Amino acid sequence: MSTIASGPGAAGAPTDPSDVPGGGRGRGGVVWSVLRSRPQAAIGGTVLVLTILVAVFAPLLAPYGPREKVGPPFAPPSSAYPLGLDDGGVDMLSLIIYGSRVSLVVGFAAAAVAMLIGGSVGILAGYFGGKTDITLMRVTDYFLVIPDVPLMIVIAAIWGRSLTNIIIIIGVIYWTGTARIIRAQVKSVRERVYVRRAQALGASDSRIIFRHVLPQVAPLLVANTVLTVAVAIFAETALAFLGLGDPSLISWGRLIENAFVSNAITVDAWWAIAPPGIAVAVVILACTMLGTAIEDALNPRLRVGHLSVRRFRLRPLPAKDPQ
Amino acid sequence: MSEEGRPRSDDGRPPLLEVENLVARFAVPRGVVGAFRGRPKLAVRAVDGVSFIVREGELLALVGESGSGKTTTAQSILRLVKPEAGTIRFRGDDITGISGRELRALRRHVQLIFQDPYESLDPRFRVRATIEEPLLVHGEGGGKADRDRLVREALERAGLTPPELFLERYPHELSGGQRQRVAIAASLALSPELLVADEPVSMLDVSVRAGILSLLDELRRSGLGILMITHDLSTAAHFADRIAVMYLGRIVEEGPAREVVHNPRHPYTKALLSVVPQRDPRRQTQPEILRGETPNPVNIPPGCRFNPRCPIAIPECRTTDPDLRVPAGAKRGHQAACIRA
Amino acid sequence: MTEPVLAVEDLHVWFDLEQGGELHAVQGVSLALQTGERFGFVGESGCGKTTTILALMGLLPSSASVAGRVLLEGEDILADGEESVSPHRWTDIAMVFQGAMNAFNPVKRVGEQIAEPMKLHEIAEGRTARRQVGELLERVGIPAARASSYPHEFSGGMRQRAAIAMALACKPKVLLADEPTTALDVMVQAQILQLLIGLADDFGLTLVLVTHDLPIVAQVCSRAAVMYAGEIVEIGATDTLYHDPRHPYTRLLFAATPDLYDEEPVLSIPGTPPRLDRELVGCPFAPRCDRAFAPCDRVKPRLVATDTGHSAACHLNDPALKAAS
Repeated sequence: MSTIASGPGAAGAPTDPSDVPGGGRGRGGVVWSVLRSRPQAAIGGTVLVLTILVAVFAPLLAPYGPREKVGPPFAPPSSAYPLGLDDGGVDMLSLIIYGSRVSLVVGFAAAAVAMLIGGSVGILAGYFGGKTDITLMRVTDYFLVIPDVPLMIVIAAIWGRSLTNIIIIIGVIYWTGTARIIRAQVKSVRERVYVRRAQALGASDSRIIFRHVLPQVAPLLVANTVLTVAVAIFAETALAFLGLGDPSLISWGRLIENAFVSNAITVDAWWAIAPPGIAVAVVILACTMLGTAIEDALNPRLRVGHLSVRRFRLRPLPAKDPQ
Repeated sequence: MSEEGRPRSDDGRPPLLEVENLVARFAVPRGVVGAFRGRPKLAVRAVDGVSFIVREGELLALVGESGSGKTTTAQSILRLVKPEAGTIRFRGDDITGISGRELRALRRHVQLIFQDPYESLDPRFRVRATIEEPLLVHGEGGGKADRDRLVREALERAGLTPPELFLERYPHELSGGQRQRVAIAASLALSPELLVADEPVSMLDVSVRAGILSLLDELRRSGLGILMITHDLSTAAHFADRIAVMYLGRIVEEGPAREVVHNPRHPYTKALLSVVPQRDPRRQTQPEILRGETPNPVNIPPGCRFNPRCPIAIPECRTTDPDLRVPAGAKRGHQAACIRA
Repeated sequence: MTEPVLAVEDLHVWFDLEQGGELHAVQGVSLALQTGERFGFVGESGCGKTTTILALMGLLPSSASVAGRVLLEGEDILADGEESVSPHRWTDIAMVFQGAMNAFNPVKRVGEQIAEPMKLHEIAEGRTARRQVGELLERVGIPAARASSYPHEFSGGMRQRAAIAMALACKPKVLLADEPTTALDVMVQAQILQLLIGLADDFGLTLVLVTHDLPIVAQVCSRAAVMYAGEIVEIGATDTLYHDPRHPYTRLLFAATPDLYDEEPVLSIPGTPPRLDRELVGCPFAPRCDRAFAPCDRVKPRLVATDTGHSAACHLNDPALKAAS
């Protein structure tokens, strides 16, 4: 019925991608582009990386050993010991450096556990909907309402105070936030046309989840995990401070607990209490800065376009082309 | 439709697609995309007894306004919506109730092209991956080299030559027209026999539309059957072999495209054609604007569905629900559902 | 010759780009409209037609800079930027935005929303406003009693009419309509177009219709401008644009639009429009033109009158250049 002629040249003539308006967005992933463009993320990321390096190279960086008595108890800061000594005469600086290991390990491991549980729950609930969704969200709600610290106390009391237990406890309590956020994102991705197209193709659910849904959800998962690290480190600190941490390990929380137990306050030994607290605060702040920056970048922002009246500028007419 | 038994195409084989008295419910009258939602909340009879045939090498345009049921019809054929009644036959085989492996097998032969080229490609997949996906899902193509060849062939068939220029691109590096071609290439990868195109060009610029439509025409000439859903009568007039006009879940007129456009017999078709603006400022028709709103399948009037808005309705129209039949003076194959046609 | 109700002189709009540089979205648009005229802006996505009409109302963001003059009954409303535009907004020149039918506040009654601009511009309040809202609704073909309905109780076509009523709330002289019928069924589209024609003919409203759909312009508008890459490439009576196009893009655009009855082959135009963040040399349409010749790549054609009331920017209209090549 139809007779079609096409204009000069092939209708599908390839165009230079740089000619396509809006083309050429950075392909290193959202996370990288966020790091490059936002100072907040860059600062947070740098501090985090530095802390990790400190933890990894602790033996090389710490001036003394973590159990090495080098002076009298609660010696104040001096040129030899920049952060003074604790109640056992051990160098505080070295303690802080070594303490970073456990704090970070627990933080990252617990966050990883939370991410795995929360991510899976969120994806399954969001993708399958219906009864699966209802059931999983009910479970999430139950976990949400459990008060975290009392639960941690109870579990630590029952199952002991090992490092693994701490990690599991923290992970198991804090996955709920991730689950909800991921579920919301998955629900929206599921409606996208390309997911429908894949279903129309006959692709299996697992294929769609792993190849289409997960990549879309990954940046949010990363952002959320970073934020969970902050929460996990704080949780570990709190647990250790309450005396529930692994007694054989040095962590920042443990240092604070130790300081309280040994009455550092009564001798005005602020150097035994403050530095570990500041260290925790700095790392948590860094994680939060990095995590929220990534999360912000992923939020679709309502671009208030022409409906909002703004101040446009006037300028003189361009010079006429001398043709 | 022949009076005795199944309709036959010219060479005696059963037609590619045969739909008989299809009835389907749908909740929210959204595009094909909405079909994947679970159980519909509001069960309205979006499709209420629709019958038509699509033959090999034929492009049938299903035309109608919103609420006509054209999108739900397409969804039912693709088995995205479970038909409530009626039969759908593909090459003579009844596919109305199939599921599981049979359904998956069907999906190789019937492919869908979506309306929105900006959303139908996964932004993280390169063109190669998008086109390869159907091959991987259905286990086609022996190895990587084999699949690579099929991908290139699909790209060429869709007019994206040379394929090398496009294989490694991401969707955001392509124009709307190119993206739609990629989507078409992906549906061609499995060499389907029937394509269902849901408003394939409505979101593209005018200068690009003819290219995509001529591609569909080429595919039609190479033997594919195409069912095109569109609200644009001018596009249907130009590119379709046959047009079926839908209103409130029924086909009210059906026939060769030229016939339906130049010699409409149903008052709805006439009114619809009269309100389509034309290119030539001098040749504007007197628009016959129907009173009332585009109807909703929630309230179906008794008798002829069109009677409340029909300019030539008579009392009998309120009690008779007309069937599709060949009106007096019309060519064979041109039918209308109107007692006054 | 009466003074045009709206005249645009050499309008330019630039947008600052995030990555530096700027996008020259509108490149020297000029036109003059008489009262009660129905004028069309036609073009494809990215040609600058929406930006142009937004500029007419000063609805541009802070990343935009503007040059040129917009004369509303002789007064340059852009002269002092926002200060000189805002008094005229809605009271003299109003707009129905793209997707306006979906921009209603779902929790407020329709009548209230139509009365809002009246209150804001101190035209009417309370009972007076309600009466005027009723009149407006009737004028656009909605029963006045429906003013107390909520937007979701209206059909798509009715919401679009209500959006038009809102634009007319302060009795403007010029109505700009950006793709007013794009999301609507063809029957509803016909109703809306008929309404717009009626408003212009019966009430002296000057209508500027922006659309990518040529047949709509052919039906509704007496004059039209075809835009490409930020410029007007041809302007004149719609009749002349169809029967005697003087720019290849106009001709090809019509040829690319399928017609219901005309069985001429439908063409596609290969290639894509040029980027507007770079300085262009020569005619912006040359790479896609089927009749480009020697000067087209080097010299940018100016908008030149080919006839009374008909201008086009194409070297093919210049007999001297044609002879030389």
